[in-house]
Amino acid sequence: MSNATPLLDVSGLTKHFPIRGGFPFPRTVGAVQAVDGLDFQVAAGESLGLVGESGCGKSTTGRLITRLLEPTAGKISYRGQEITHASRKQLAPIRSEIQMIFQDPYASLNPRQTVGKIIAGPMEINGVNPAGGREKRVRELLEIVGLNPEHYNRFPHEFSGGQRQRIGVARALALEPKLIVADEPVSALDVSIQAQVVNLLQKVQQELGIAFVFIAHDLAVVRHFSQRVAVMYLGKIVEIADRDDLYGNPRHPYTRALLSAVPEATADDTPARERIRLVGDVPSPISPPSGCRFRTRCWKATDKCASEAPPLVQVEGNKPGHLTACHYPETAETVAAVLSKDPEAAV
Amino acid sequence: MTSTDQQIFLSVRDLKVHFSTEDGIVKAVDGLSFDLAKGKTLGIVGESGSGKSVTNLSILGLHDPARTTIDGEILLDGKDLLTATERELERLRGNKMSMIFQDALASLSPYHTIGTQIGETYRKHTGASKKEARARAIEMLRRVGIPQPDVRVDDYPHQFSGGMRQRAMIAMALVCDPELLIADEPTTALDVTVQAQIMDLLKDLQQEFGTAIIFITHDLGVIADIADDVLVMYGGRCVERGTKQEVLRTPQHPYTLGLMTSMPSLEGSVDVPLNPIPGSPPSLLNPPSGCRFHPRCTFTEKVADGLCSTERPLLDVVDGRGSACHLSLEQREEFFAEFAASRHN
Repeated sequence: MSNATPLLDVSGLTKHFPIRGGFPFPRTVGAVQAVDGLDFQVAAGESLGLVGESGCGKSTTGRLITRLLEPTAGKISYRGQEITHASRKQLAPIRSEIQMIFQDPYASLNPRQTVGKIIAGPMEINGVNPAGGREKRVRELLEIVGLNPEHYNRFPHEFSGGQRQRIGVARALALEPKLIVADEPVSALDVSIQAQVVNLLQKVQQELGIAFVFIAHDLAVVRHFSQRVAVMYLGKIVEIADRDDLYGNPRHPYTRALLSAVPEATADDTPARERIRLVGDVPSPISPPSGCRFRTRCWKATDKCASEAPPLVQVEGNKPGHLTACHYPETAETVAAVLSKDPEAAV
Repeated sequence: MTSTDQQIFLSVRDLKVHFSTEDGIVKAVDGLSFDLAKGKTLGIVGESGSGKSVTNLSILGLHDPARTTIDGEILLDGKDLLTATERELERLRGNKMSMIFQDALASLSPYHTIGTQIGETYRKHTGASKKEARARAIEMLRRVGIPQPDVRVDDYPHQFSGGMRQRAMIAMALVCDPELLIADEPTTALDVTVQAQIMDLLKDLQQEFGTAIIFITHDLGVIADIADDVLVMYGGRCVERGTKQEVLRTPQHPYTLGLMTSMPSLEGSVDVPLNPIPGSPPSLLNPPSGCRFHPRCTFTEKVADGLCSTERPLLDVVDGRGSACHLSLEQREEFFAEFAASRHN
């Protein structure tokens, strides 16, 4: 972790979506607290993985960073400049530096445009004319992502899912961005193709020095791709650390449960990893639990957890840079105690 | 070691499913055979275009008869499903055999309550009254772990979360205590913690009722968790089969090996690029000649006379274990040995 100004600095980031209802006059009756007070940074060239399950707010976070959404509260700084409430005009010069790759390779490409036009789109919109012309640049990009430059005039439907995702990557690279937000870039792809696209993104990151915010629910893919990882639950970051610290020493009970739920592709009779079973479903973000939001599914929640929200801090036993938001962080002993009661039962 | 010595409940023999389309004939399934015993789980591994979903729709008779040509045999407890009348199939569907689909939201009617939908299946096959059906629906919801089942029974599908909807589908599929359950990627769209809950539920239910389960997935980790036997499908054909231990520890087909070595895991090395399988899944309209996997296979030049592109490899099955590849078993042992060594640690 360098001391230089981080490329992206987010503090207290909050997004509440108002719910309107009521009769006879519609008014705001509540809010979906999608993202609630996030703090994190991304250094130049670094990849931050953002993991969590449905409804945790990770996609919303991605859209806030790219300013596709405007935050309700908090601050976003890009290269030292605050962009939290910047207008479209103020954002225009920055937009070329922050790009996005979307999850659905079928919905994110305009079916009526050729691939060449799709990839050149960002250049046209931003009035960018690279030396040698846009077409040349598009062909270069097609080669970088492993597609045939001769397919410049083909339409999206002529490509497979994996190839369409590569087109999305080429489009994101068109303006030579410094930061790419990839929102579940491989989840919609076949398993045998996922590895191809992950390798491509890694190559792009390493060769072009682009920073990534990599949003995904697949913990193994995130581990492979990210240097730092943040775990989100119901709009909050519950744990953030360098990759090896998070996967090797998860201190938050939710992180532990999440890791233990990932099935392993081995045929051993004794599981190598302990299995922790969470009971029930995630609560609604409209009325999240008081205090610690995870307490309703946590096996060691106490009254303190209901009255006091745990701060995201470097708890005792964590390496620097490893922050955990829990009043009773995991230790090797506590996990053993949990499992010795009844390893098979839901905890 | 395999299920051949137990009571075989479902038997599929040389299944071929072809669709006639505007562009030609799509050979979705091209000669598939397998057996399944009661109380056992067969995991079918396959990706887009492998023919896995078509196989299951054919078992249930849910294919479009006008445009589909089916050959072969599907025996359910001795009865040939391919020659059964629609009426006979209707009596079996939801009753003796049932299915859980991948997308619960798309598979449940948005206009009817969960209770009505579960009860409908029950009433159709048992002639029960509305009251009895409702009680049964509540009981099923309780069994699949829905909290407050007597209240939630009157909810609509959109009021349930993704995991709960999937449980409701399981309740609906099991309401008549079927002897065969087909689960087509039931957890792919779910979060990993919910997936773990659903897998536990299916395993518990199988233990309690002795249901035979076909579980389709592309996730080898899920296979390791739930399957007894494994069948790997590619391009409409079976390329490898065996027990879970046999296939996961010593894969015999380059595709199976490729799937395993291309997946990132929670323990593997992170500083080397992944090992993807090159290319894309095959077109079933114009499938590759010979072995359908050959355009993506890294071992084709080890086979003499370019057989891989001209001749279809036969699936040699001995004691339930076999694979379809032109490489000799010795060659595969040698080439895959590096992989096998790392897996035995």
